[in-house]
Amino acid sequence: MQRRHFPLLSIHVGYFKASAIKHTSEATKMKQKEGVIKPKTKRAKRFLDNRAPKLTENVKNAMIMKGGNTSMTVTQALKDIYSLKKPSAVLYKKKNITRPFEDSTSLEFFSKKTDSSLFLFGSHNKKRPNNLIFGRLFDFHVLDMIELGIEKYRSLSEIKNSKCPEGTKPMLVFAGEAFDHDDDHKRLKSLLTDFFRGPVVPSVRLAGLEHVLHFTALEGKIYMRSYRSLLKKSGCRTPRIELEEIGPSFDFVLRRTHLASDDLYKTAHRQPKALKPKKKKNISHDTFGTKFGRLHMQKQDLAKLQTRKMKGLRKRRGPAAAAAAAGETSPKTAKVEVE
Amino acid sequence: MAACSIEDVLAKAEQDEAEKLKSITVQKELDLEFDIGNLVAYDKNRIDIRQFREQKKEDFLRSLARDNTQLLVNEIWKHPTERVEEVIVVKLPEPTTPLPREKPPPKPRPPTKWEEFAKLKGIQKKKKTNLVWDDVAKNELHRLRNIARAQKIKVPGVGLTPTAQQSKTDLARAVNVAKSSTASAGKFQDRLPKEKAPRNTGKKRKFQPVIGNFSNEKQRQLDLLKVMDSKKPRLDVNKAVNKQMREDDREESAAKFKKGGKKGRKGGNFSGKGKGGGGKGKGKGRAGGKGQGPPSGKKGAGKPGKH
Repeated sequence: MQRRHFPLLSIHVGYFKASAIKHTSEATKMKQKEGVIKPKTKRAKRFLDNRAPKLTENVKNAMIMKGGNTSMTVTQALKDIYSLKKPSAVLYKKKNITRPFEDSTSLEFFSKKTDSSLFLFGSHNKKRPNNLIFGRLFDFHVLDMIELGIEKYRSLSEIKNSKCPEGTKPMLVFAGEAFDHDDDHKRLKSLLTDFFRGPVVPSVRLAGLEHVLHFTALEGKIYMRSYRSLLKKSGCRTPRIELEEIGPSFDFVLRRTHLASDDLYKTAHRQPKALKPKKKKNISHDTFGTKFGRLHMQKQDLAKLQTRKMKGLRKRRGPAAAAAAAGETSPKTAKVEVE
Repeated sequence: MAACSIEDVLAKAEQDEAEKLKSITVQKELDLEFDIGNLVAYDKNRIDIRQFREQKKEDFLRSLARDNTQLLVNEIWKHPTERVEEVIVVKLPEPTTPLPREKPPPKPRPPTKWEEFAKLKGIQKKKKTNLVWDDVAKNELHRLRNIARAQKIKVPGVGLTPTAQQSKTDLARAVNVAKSSTASAGKFQDRLPKEKAPRNTGKKRKFQPVIGNFSNEKQRQLDLLKVMDSKKPRLDVNKAVNKQMREDDREESAAKFKKGGKKGRKGGNFSGKGKGGGGKGKGKGRAGGKGQGPPSGKKGAGKPGKH
């Protein structure tokens, strides 16, 4: 019997995504951006325009990945944070043998592939057990990285409660003086806000304010708790809040940090001019809050001004002239108080 | 007496208000800072470490979270709300915390070739106004209609008479009409190198509505039956004459060809297709060969094509 030779399957070492890439053909187009290869279909053009720099940006995508060695705690923690951050997150299944603090090239490569500007890297070794590195990128280069160690962890599955639906915009609370005084904590506060805030929306459904993430900085440790808020009836319009823990709950300890230099941080915050709100001309406010407007008038002949109509003073030349004189109205003042 | 009762009433009202607000007020040393655009609250109050250690950690954290969330919700509820499709929605202000961007702000695109050319020539973008009934054109149209009626000629439809402002479609239609107004109905008119063939030409079939005029339909059906029944054939003299003439022409040409073919054979035409044969067969064979020639040629071409 003749042996049949099957073609060798190419085994991808590195990364398989847990969440399916919606547009695989577009992902390959990512390899060459508009400068090198111009898009041939409208769909491809739309895809590339979505990823191009814009005035108002998209929601920040997060990539969640594992390091060379991970413990059960770390893998479970990554899964939980992925479920908090869905759908704007990708969870990689395979391990990536890199060290973000030393070499960030592979992180930058992955961020370009999936258009993510936030990352969460979990690892475990003897020196740094149960390690999570939160980070963000600017222009596909690392901006900030903060390493947190998990001391105590309760996962979503351990806490048996009904959870919030996926994609609810959470309310964030940062408690503790450290978040105001310490530089590292301040940067961590900004990073966590960036990570968990979700899409920026102009309005929010009042009944949908269910999810609360509470961070407390105390004695060098950061306690993260996640609650579901129940809006109870109070006597007045504003409801009374009751909280129910849904998890996950973390006790973090701050380890290494890699913060961006001041000028890079400033460049990252630079907003385009077009986003600045347009100033309305001829409207001013005084110190009391009164709104003033300005009217521009043509030059008036003060001799011909008629202030009050006094019938007796009218020159009796004829009925026509009298009718014309009565038609003049009193002029407006230059500054008019509005509201 | 009245004064006392008024005071009592006011005091009672205040008490009631306080009771109502009791459930949502929270006492804090320092007020929290809010960023409602992001739904974030910053609590800068000192946390009592002793209390934290005495009480169970989780309970302490939970009560702290409850208080802070209550204050945040109070702040959110102060903002204007509106009703959108049976749902009450609060309008959030712009986020105040400065967060870094994902990518640098977009660079202005380089001007396109047309934009550069327009700038060079000083061409400005003209906004097309909405179509307004042109009084001048109306007069022109009426004038032409009157002339046509007087001289009993047909007037081209609206759009082919020249008006002040002609749109692209009008001009295109005028061009097409002009092109097809030749003796050969425009078949041999050259087209510009990149000009496309006009579509939407051709007869538009008009169908009678399904349920319309019943008497009309009845009349038409009866007429049809009458024609079918009649013994006399319906003869279109013109058509018949033309048909006959065509038949005659065809016969003539066929006869000519046959004569010519036989003569050619006698003259000794040894054209090298090698389909020689004898006598009558040759003429027929040649005709047959000629008839089969193209198909066989095709077959030959087809074969290599298949493999």
